[in-house]
Amino acid sequence: MDLILVAEQALNGLQFGLMLFLLAAGLTLVFGIMDLINLAHGSLYMVGAYLAAAAIAAGASFLMAVIAAVAGTALFGMLLEVTLLRRLYQRDHLSQVLATFALILMLNEGVRMIWGEQPLMLNTPVALSGPVELLPGLMYPAYRLLIIGVGLAVAVALYLLVTRTRWGMWVRAGASNRAMTTAMGVPADRLFTAVFGVGAALCALAGSLLGPLLAVQVGMGESILILAFVVIVIGGIGSIRGALVGALLVGLVDTGSRTLLPAALRQIASPEVASTLGPSIAAILIYVLMAAVLFWKPRGLFPARG
Amino acid sequence: MKKPSKSPAFLLALAAAATAALGVAMPAAHAADKLKVGMLSTLSGAGAGLGVDIRDGFALAVQQNGGKLGGLPVETVIADDQQNPEVAKQSAERLLKRDKVDVMTGIVFSNVMLAVGPGVFAAQVPYISANAGPSQYAGEQCNPYFFNVAWQNDNLHEAIGKTVMDKGFKKVVVLAPNYPAGKDAVAGFRRYYKGVVADEIYTKLGQLDYSAELAQARAARPDAMYIFLPGGMGINFIKQFVGAGLSKDVTLFGPGFSADEDVIKAVGEPMLGMFNSSHWAHDLDNAANRRFVADFVKAYGRLPSLYASQGYDAALLIGAAVRDVKGKIEDKPALLKALKAAKFESVRGPFRFNHNQYPVQDYYLRVITKDPQGRVTNRTLGKIFEQHADAYAPQCKMK
Repeated sequence: MDLILVAEQALNGLQFGLMLFLLAAGLTLVFGIMDLINLAHGSLYMVGAYLAAAAIAAGASFLMAVIAAVAGTALFGMLLEVTLLRRLYQRDHLSQVLATFALILMLNEGVRMIWGEQPLMLNTPVALSGPVELLPGLMYPAYRLLIIGVGLAVAVALYLLVTRTRWGMWVRAGASNRAMTTAMGVPADRLFTAVFGVGAALCALAGSLLGPLLAVQVGMGESILILAFVVIVIGGIGSIRGALVGALLVGLVDTGSRTLLPAALRQIASPEVASTLGPSIAAILIYVLMAAVLFWKPRGLFPARG
Repeated sequence: MKKPSKSPAFLLALAAAATAALGVAMPAAHAADKLKVGMLSTLSGAGAGLGVDIRDGFALAVQQNGGKLGGLPVETVIADDQQNPEVAKQSAERLLKRDKVDVMTGIVFSNVMLAVGPGVFAAQVPYISANAGPSQYAGEQCNPYFFNVAWQNDNLHEAIGKTVMDKGFKKVVVLAPNYPAGKDAVAGFRRYYKGVVADEIYTKLGQLDYSAELAQARAARPDAMYIFLPGGMGINFIKQFVGAGLSKDVTLFGPGFSADEDVIKAVGEPMLGMFNSSHWAHDLDNAANRRFVADFVKAYGRLPSLYASQGYDAALLIGAAVRDVKGKIEDKPALLKALKAAKFESVRGPFRFNHNQYPVQDYYLRVITKDPQGRVTNRTLGKIFEQHADAYAPQCKMK
């Protein structure tokens, strides 16, 4: 096996995993602290990507567009929390699923009405559109390196925020025992709104960073939402550390299996069979991983609740 | 108040079920005495650019004829297949049973076409394919109700295979989506390219991130790469191909689908110098084409793509057949015969149907350059094939 290929795939897996982490971090906090299943979490990712695209179309630089998207989506998320989602915390999970599912449909249609059916294509900033030679023979797209850098920085920042600040202490307390936390006088309303805002901001960051690599289109949130759920189930609900480990695991397994599996299968079968089987097995592998984690650690790798 | 305990697996199942249930209903309409055209195409998602161009090309031809085709007023019922065979089947059912359309057209993707085909043929409604040209319907499963006014899927790939061979490239990596037209593409390419194929990579249809595949291609060290990635897939691939630095050592080839206006508009200058094959180009010099291109630019403010030309030709073909049966479209045998005669001025120049009702036509080599006005667009270099038919026709039992 070619070492450069393995190194490049590891970077690809890291990049994908870190983006999943941005989504899963918000989802796991909302889930762990407010006990809310938010299916519309993926829609915030879509809203972020569209806001970034709109800002770029209006003439903003890429950096400004990302900042605008993050700020706009955070505001939008907090608005949603205050007006609608707050009413769902005391309801059962089925009501939450129904309400947030309705939210997906409304947001999808809303985006369609504003920006149209056709996907928007963003370009990477010119300065980052080329490759960088990391090692002799190992070229890697500069833009993907940027994504890895931003992802790592956000992970570190979140870790410090959750473990080193008063706000983070409340969050951890809320995830481990919500009723006791509010009884001890933590301002639950403000905390919940802030957590939701941070989750929305992280979604928007992922959406606007991935926009130039993928396409900004209606429904982009749903496919990635399922993976985000897998990540938090593997990592343990309510745990940031779990979300990070789970996301990296899923990213590496997904990317690795997409090329390494067909290559291995090709030794024993025709390319067509290998390429049909390969992606299906790769898709299953993530769920096999999840099942294995649930079997040995039913609460996930790093459960927040003791 | 106590909520049911939170089982992650249960939650995940709920989330997955809810997300998978996302679907959208189509609007519908009316009843009247005229030519009803069922335009079922991909109008949303990453493949939408293709469907929109087919729809707009078709509409332009109708508009040029004062809202008529072959003397009959036209009513076009438009439906979106969302590039999803299941959604397409339901929408086709609605077009056939409720709207009672007289002819159908518009499908972009071959997997969608193969899902919709049987229902349309059973209803005895002529289908004029303005894009999808699956090998199945060209060979053993050829059908008197199926006409393809574009090409058979393999054709553009055969043309580029011959070009890559003639230009002396020795080692090629081929990449295509894993669906019927993707298989046809690789088969067509390999029919005329006899050098080394270092790797054959199949991806999921609609995949948007090609980082893993690009790393795999780089590891194979090819001197050329051939991609068949229509619509948004190709846009993303070419951007990521350039971003990964592969464009320095590897010459990129593609069929016209991966190098037409929709892709050029999104990618821009990095595409300069890409060779591609097509049965049509906006600079082909014939009267019908000059009028089509000029009117299309005037109506929509953009250059037409090959998809638009196919939608336009589909309308012209239907118009010619309706004219030749003098508007008596209920007479199915006469209508089919008139369609097969194809007495229309195609924008691609000479056009006729083979006995399997797929085209016999010329194929051209194009390259992406800057035109005198500074626009990045295609320029025709010359003919690759003359009066080329598809390889599956001999298996078709129709006369």
